[in-house]
Amino acid sequence: MAAQPGAIRRRAPSLKAREARLAYTLVTPTLIIVLLIVVFPMIWNVVLSLQPIRLENLPTINLLDFSDLSFNNYTRAITARGGRFWDVLRVTFVYTIGSTILALLMGLWAALLVREAFPGRNIFRGFLLFPYIAPVVSVAFIWKLMLDKNIGIVTLLGARVGLPPTSYLTTRTLPVRLFGLEIGLPLALITVILFEGWRYFPFAFLFFLARLQAVPEDLYEAAAVDGATPSQRLWYITLPQLRAVAGTLFLLRFIWTFNKFDDIFLLNGGAAGTEVIPIQIYNWLFARRNVGVSSAVAVIMALILGVLVFIYLRWFVVEED
Amino acid sequence: MRTTSGPTTWSREIIERRLGTIFKVLSILFFFVITAFPFYWMFNLSFRPFGDVLVNPLRMVPRLQDLSAVFAPLTCLGGSQSEACQTAIRNSSYAAVLVNFGFLTYIRNSVIISLLTVALTLLLAIPAAYAVTRLEFRGRDAMSWGILLIYMFPAIVLGIPLFVFFVRIQQAMGIRLRGNLYGVTIIYLASTLPVALYMLRSYFPTIPRDLEEAALIDGCTRLEVIWRVTIPLAIPAIASVALYTFMIAWNEFLYALLFLVETQPSWTLPLGLQQLDSQEVPRTFLMAGSVIITVPIIVIFFFFERFLVRGLTAGAVKG
Repeated sequence: MAAQPGAIRRRAPSLKAREARLAYTLVTPTLIIVLLIVVFPMIWNVVLSLQPIRLENLPTINLLDFSDLSFNNYTRAITARGGRFWDVLRVTFVYTIGSTILALLMGLWAALLVREAFPGRNIFRGFLLFPYIAPVVSVAFIWKLMLDKNIGIVTLLGARVGLPPTSYLTTRTLPVRLFGLEIGLPLALITVILFEGWRYFPFAFLFFLARLQAVPEDLYEAAAVDGATPSQRLWYITLPQLRAVAGTLFLLRFIWTFNKFDDIFLLNGGAAGTEVIPIQIYNWLFARRNVGVSSAVAVIMALILGVLVFIYLRWFVVEED
Repeated sequence: MRTTSGPTTWSREIIERRLGTIFKVLSILFFFVITAFPFYWMFNLSFRPFGDVLVNPLRMVPRLQDLSAVFAPLTCLGGSQSEACQTAIRNSSYAAVLVNFGFLTYIRNSVIISLLTVALTLLLAIPAAYAVTRLEFRGRDAMSWGILLIYMFPAIVLGIPLFVFFVRIQQAMGIRLRGNLYGVTIIYLASTLPVALYMLRSYFPTIPRDLEEAALIDGCTRLEVIWRVTIPLAIPAIASVALYTFMIAWNEFLYALLFLVETQPSWTLPLGLQQLDSQEVPRTFLMAGSVIITVPIIVIFFFFERFLVRGLTAGAVKG
């Protein structure tokens, strides 16, 4: 753009301005919707968390009365019911990290299987995606039925091979003897983690597979010439290539699982030691009918998530670039 | 790494290969069973009478008489209201769910809300994504980051204030947004818009700029370029966005629960199914409902698998 006639140079800014104006026109409808249903609720949620509001007062109370703002809801959220909040927080972390790692490992395993051709591979790949694309309501009920204490096929067949004939989704702890030690297994929590791993591994699978198919073939050929065995090729060539994708996947799945409400709510409603923060928010709102505390927990959850994502991006992604 | 002489490496190679093959076959079987069996079981239970499920919970295939009981109400399609027909409907899981438990209405509601969500999402996301990828304007980067941020934002956190907002709107202006399918569609956009923007934003840059510039030089305005050049070239991406948006809306549960649960005539399929989950309703009906809600998604998926898989990973995998 060095040697342009004056006429064009004079027109250039106006073209740029026109383009910018068009851009604003194109973006505005979306921006309004986003402001209305995302940004505005996000900010208002903070205000609600500072007000003493109960569900039954909602239609009549003056929501713009800011004379009574306090952190009482936060104190209440953290100390109510003997500090149940900390239990819920711990369960949320175990659930999130457990499900995320499981989904990633299963996804990786499936991707390594599908990478090489075999008869029926395309159909197999289609089946692998079922758990992820099927509506959560139906898969939750299918598993709920398969895990039923009396008629569940998994429970009944499991009992034949020595698994405890118990209700997997509603048993808080299962005492097991391990090396002479008696420990309590958090059975319901483990079950929902297994469900999450099952439901979300296809997501990880797709991303791993896409990355695997981009690994240059000559890397393997060179390694084979050097005498690397299949397991060595996997460990020294394939897995290092997947590090970046695995990092991204971990972040995405962590965030989405941390926020997840539907799955546990549908499986057992957060009973038997599976109450996670989103379920607790829902319970504060509808079971204990306290809008203020409910919003306070929501703010706490958003803050925790924000801090974790910030730390992750700061410390883990930067060094990979 | 160990450097060994030829023969030992070869034997290790062969052993590993053999073991690898066995492991691979077992793994494929394992994955096939865990992904296909639950869905098979859903079909199996949905076709059997609950009494039989209680007595023979492990029966793998429905008996012929079970199947004929399920399909018996088909003979009543002429509109017969006879006692025999009512009994036939009660005894057929699918007919009972569709007729007696209101699933016909829920199907209609789900179709309406899903299609509407797709239309609105595309209408909003295509121009916005185009502006963000192709046009220069202040705040472009902020907008790009904003999209990503919404993508991550917890739905339940937005749920509470929106719930409060809807209650108050109804109070103050008499507009019934809660329990209103069309009102709730706007909230569904909170979960579809970011996905759509994200996918389109990663696709538009792959359309050659030259084509657009050629059209500009030929005297087209930007809007004409978008309409005549960009959108036709982006059809594969737009199709996969449409399919994804449809699936998200079709599967959406939390917002339906928060905003529609008080008005049964507006229930969507996921909500209707969840409300079926009580001790009074035979579990087999629940499975029939699950089949009704799942089959359309699986059909869509099989028809458009290529689009969907490409769309899902588009732009997200970078080297």
